[in-house]
Amino acid sequence: MSTSIFFEHLVQEDRVHRSIYTDPLIFELEMTHIFGGVWCYLAHESQLPRPDDYLTAQLGLRPVIVVRDSGGKLRALFNRCTHRGARVCRETRGNAGTFQCPYHGWTYFNSGKLRGVPWPEGYACDFSDGKYNLAQVPRVESYRGFIFGTLNADMLPLADYLGAARRPIDEWLDRHPGGRVVLAEANRLKFKGNWKLAYDNAADGYHVLFSHRSLLETENRHAADPTKGMSFYLGKPDEAPMYVQYFGRGHHFKDKRPNIERRPGALWEIEGAQPGMAAYEQLIRQNLGARAPRALDLAASEPVNINIFPNLSILGNHIQVFQPLAVDETESVWYATAIVDEANELDGMADAVNAIRMRTQESFPNFGEVDDAANFEEIQKGLAACEDEWVYMHRGLGIPGRVKQLPDGTLKAPATDEVFMREHMKEWQRLMTTRPNIQLTR
Amino acid sequence: MTYVNDRFYEELVTSFTNWQRPELEVTDVATRDECRRLLEREARLLDEGRYEDWLALYAEECVVWVPAAERPGDPRREVTVFFDDRRRLQDRIFRLRTGKAWSQVPPSRTARLVSNIEVFRAAGKLMVRSNLLLNEFRAGETRALAAWCAHRLAGGKIDAKQVNLLERDQSLRNPSILL
Repeated sequence: MSTSIFFEHLVQEDRVHRSIYTDPLIFELEMTHIFGGVWCYLAHESQLPRPDDYLTAQLGLRPVIVVRDSGGKLRALFNRCTHRGARVCRETRGNAGTFQCPYHGWTYFNSGKLRGVPWPEGYACDFSDGKYNLAQVPRVESYRGFIFGTLNADMLPLADYLGAARRPIDEWLDRHPGGRVVLAEANRLKFKGNWKLAYDNAADGYHVLFSHRSLLETENRHAADPTKGMSFYLGKPDEAPMYVQYFGRGHHFKDKRPNIERRPGALWEIEGAQPGMAAYEQLIRQNLGARAPRALDLAASEPVNINIFPNLSILGNHIQVFQPLAVDETESVWYATAIVDEANELDGMADAVNAIRMRTQESFPNFGEVDDAANFEEIQKGLAACEDEWVYMHRGLGIPGRVKQLPDGTLKAPATDEVFMREHMKEWQRLMTTRPNIQLTR
Repeated sequence: MTYVNDRFYEELVTSFTNWQRPELEVTDVATRDECRRLLEREARLLDEGRYEDWLALYAEECVVWVPAAERPGDPRREVTVFFDDRRRLQDRIFRLRTGKAWSQVPPSRTARLVSNIEVFRAAGKLMVRSNLLLNEFRAGETRALAAWCAHRLAGGKIDAKQVNLLERDQSLRNPSILL
């Protein structure tokens, strides 16, 4: 059986086969066809502000050093000594012009070029031959601070890959002073489940009221009339103005902004209580007067989920990254973001905004994501029932008029619809049956 | 409950900086024993799931601070694993008690070991350093979390606690229990 027939069988109109979450061979193929074959998020430029700044990351399972080299160019070097294969860099981040392998001392410039080896007179070869340089990801591009890499020489440019998803990314950035954010540490979780369980969940409006029941009850425990946090899911979420949109290439968007009145301060009003809110709100109101509501909105969680296939989700004020570790293990890192206000648009109140914003960002990973992660693990355990082969994602399928195709070709549906999942599975299937043109440069 | 303000943060960060100095060490046996008993009681109440009794060990204006940075900085400028004032600690307890906090259904069984206790006195308050080994069993699996802790005591109550997990800047799996 050819691979395309094989994968056609696994992804059907209304359901997918359990093995796409459980089969180590499929996972191994994904590490080339998906994590390597398309643009994958690697790092944020605010982590590498100066020349020679680096951090260690993974592209799929490949260890990489994401570096702003001495000339200022962004690169993703394979963190693997050309000589015998040891990781040359073992730190999580730092600033270095060269990397020396701790095993036999081969040393590389942060451009990847071999600088030298100990006792070269013991070699007959010509070390100026490029084959001895560190391998590197041939294409590294950045979109407004988000750094991506792909090994696929035929991949379209990053901006085109993001396509219609650029609009919500732009809107998400442009609400901040200077149109940018910087990372400010992270909440890091890990679950024993396949990475796609997290990606399937990323625009899922169907699970909220159930998986996050404890959070909804907690946020509104003092209120007679629940209005805080995600309370707009109560009742009939499909009749609320929020929606889910599929952009193509596996990217999707859950936009909850239409649930909230379009006026400064409306977002702040639904934010659940967090440490320090009252004191800093008072400070911000005293200093900014009529401009305070807009500043306070920056401390509240932006109600969007912008999901860039396969490993990035911009949600709330977080930059969430899905990192596959094995077929049944995934890391889910919630990078917090802080505002920077170089033009002083907020009259010195940026620190006060960030002091609240750090606390609001701790809320969901602590009180929401933990329960999703528990449910992802329970799916992985449930899928051990190998005769029970199918996983359904057909909510909304076949109901006339429910999924609308917009003039730009994107698909729009009510908040709990699973159309986005069916569509990214089709894209997954297409990628798994297409051989990417994988190249390395040295 | 508005005690978390800029001054509170300022004092907290100052108070948790450079306090483990030999000249500040408390050698009085009775004081040290009192501190040890308080920490052991706290560990037992958490292991037994007696969260309301546990919270009663804390001052009205309190904080539990679990940094996420390799070198913890100012919590006003970086997120933490958690930074809970009394209200958010109450939220945490409320959530666990809903019966719908799926990461804790069924709940973890835990056994905390508290050791290596040293006591210091800084700015009129006792600062207790200890090591914590937290064994957690849940969903068919046992794991261990290790940390060094700093308890700040005032009037016999804990008014601030810092839990410095070994893996604070790495994946914490599914951190859904009270620390």
